[in-house]
Amino acid sequence: MKFYFFHLMPYGPLDPDWDKTHEAAWVTLPNSYYDPKEGHKLYNRYLDELVRADELGFDGVCVNEHHQTAYGLMPAPNVLAGALARQTKNAKICVLGRALPILDNPLSIAEEYAMLDNLSGGRLIAGFVRGIGCEYHSSMANPGYSLARFQEAHDLIVEAWTREGPFPFDGDHYRFQYVNLWPRPYQTPHPPVWVPSQGSQETVDWAAHPDRRYTYLITFSPTESVIKNLNAYRDRCSAYGYDCPPDQLGWALPLYVAETDAIAKKEAGAAIESLFNKFLKTPAQYKLPPGYSSMRSYKFVMEVKYKFREEYLSVDKLMENGMFLCGSPETVFERLAELQGKMGFGQLVTMLQFGTLSAELTEKNTRLFAAEVMPRLRKVGVSPTVAAE
Amino acid sequence: MADHRAETIAVNGTNIEVLRGGAGAPMLFLHGAGGASEWAPYMDRLAERFDLIVPSHPGYGRSDTPLWLDDVHDLSFFYLDFMAQLGLEGVHLAGNSLGGWLAAEMAVRSTARLKTLTLVSPGGLHIKGVQKGDIFLWSNEQRVRNTFFDQAMAEARLAANVGEEMADIALKNHFTTAKLAWSPRFHDPSLHKWLHRIDVPTMIVWGENDLIFPVALAGAYREGIPGAQVRIIPECGHLPQQEKLDDFLTAVDAITGGAAR
Repeated sequence: MKFYFFHLMPYGPLDPDWDKTHEAAWVTLPNSYYDPKEGHKLYNRYLDELVRADELGFDGVCVNEHHQTAYGLMPAPNVLAGALARQTKNAKICVLGRALPILDNPLSIAEEYAMLDNLSGGRLIAGFVRGIGCEYHSSMANPGYSLARFQEAHDLIVEAWTREGPFPFDGDHYRFQYVNLWPRPYQTPHPPVWVPSQGSQETVDWAAHPDRRYTYLITFSPTESVIKNLNAYRDRCSAYGYDCPPDQLGWALPLYVAETDAIAKKEAGAAIESLFNKFLKTPAQYKLPPGYSSMRSYKFVMEVKYKFREEYLSVDKLMENGMFLCGSPETVFERLAELQGKMGFGQLVTMLQFGTLSAELTEKNTRLFAAEVMPRLRKVGVSPTVAAE
Repeated sequence: MADHRAETIAVNGTNIEVLRGGAGAPMLFLHGAGGASEWAPYMDRLAERFDLIVPSHPGYGRSDTPLWLDDVHDLSFFYLDFMAQLGLEGVHLAGNSLGGWLAAEMAVRSTARLKTLTLVSPGGLHIKGVQKGDIFLWSNEQRVRNTFFDQAMAEARLAANVGEEMADIALKNHFTTAKLAWSPRFHDPSLHKWLHRIDVPTMIVWGENDLIFPVALAGAYREGIPGAQVRIIPECGHLPQQEKLDDFLTAVDAITGGAAR
């Protein structure tokens, strides 16, 4: 198994009473809640946490893109990926990912990724996402074209990376007379592509396709649905006529390790509750604008998924449904080994800082995880054949 | 209730549902974001005056959702074809909200089949600094409340038990509205340049308390369309034909001459 250290870079000092006067942590929460002096400290602290992960032997360090929210301070993740490319030595630089459809010129993503790949000497993992629904309110990109633009922007970027320029690109949504990328990517044919997802069938079908075989990363979901989605992806690979290797399956989740189960829960409880109940608190119509998904999945998400998220998610509830894994190194190791057996994933994307978790506890968590959990799981999830169900 | 019927009409291979009732000069009424899948009281009153034709737009109600549908311009050409196919002449064209925008887009393209134009709190224009309400960021309850001035009407709407078919239709309508009007939000930046082409008597009707499209937009339409009259209805939200039916009809009669009567 390979291990990645993922950072959302939340605005931790957010006034927790914001929701007494505002309905959403995204899009419309006034930026007067943001203090640049705090921001300056946070960016540097968070970068230090990512650099430490490289030093501790994580296989990759990960950033991602969100807009107009205290949930994550990376509207332009490649700015920070650029800093990481210089400050880290071995880890892959993973941008999970850039939201393709909300840009009118996706070639800028092809360019930035190619720069990062050159700068880091081929350490880039290129994440492609559609962006969650909130980004469509912030960018005014029409959610009704999200899927089509995602696929076409992807085609454009991969073609720009792999084909000799200049060439014209004639899409339905993007049209260019001269595609001619300078610099070309360092890796051949191009950086590995990961597709973070919350499980839409359209994404599974597309990412698993033999032309792509992209690493499919399921994020922030209850264990039951992670199992279902990773199995659906593996089944899709089989239907396409190939066996899905562990490297092609990833799981991202917040984790906390401490001396004992009780200490872990005590130290992490308030911070994980802040993530799910404060930083993610946003009415459904912000997260799921009309047209972003099919009507069928819109109804499912509104009626099942978001109903559940409207309740207060206590640390107990989050641990019970597996959205948060927390405990002694032994507990966390056993649970990960068990779930790896059930799901067959080979890429574990850990979020070891979340919500309001302090610098001290983040460091403690990261060091314990790297020392006590990681080494014991190294041999799992690497074989060419997937663990049997 | 006036006699009326629902029929399916195919225009260039796209099937749409059309409600039709009454007799006399034709009135084509173009619905807004909420659709028009059920016969409503305002249709009754219009059908006393006109041969009332209320289609569900492509992408709405029980009509097809064709692949060609991208924007309100597509719909405007579709309905010019629709009028030609039905052989409609001397049409009193009316529309509310998104449908008002659509009616204006048709009229700048061709008034050849039109006798009058009635735009009821139409979209289509934008005034810098005048922000429209965001129906996509509001919850269902906020949207209904912000549609009406009279909150008793909003509460009745919210309390109504909507069946599964109508709930699915509401969702379909909302999806299509987003596709057509997400960005630029409920307007066409070029429309104002061509409003001078509208050469039929035009009435602009607006609820004074419209929280979706502010009443200031009425002035932009009046400036753009030569000779356009404006009626601002007090204590009225975004749907005058529902909230202030009599005032709405007075405005319609003033521009159409009461037609059949």
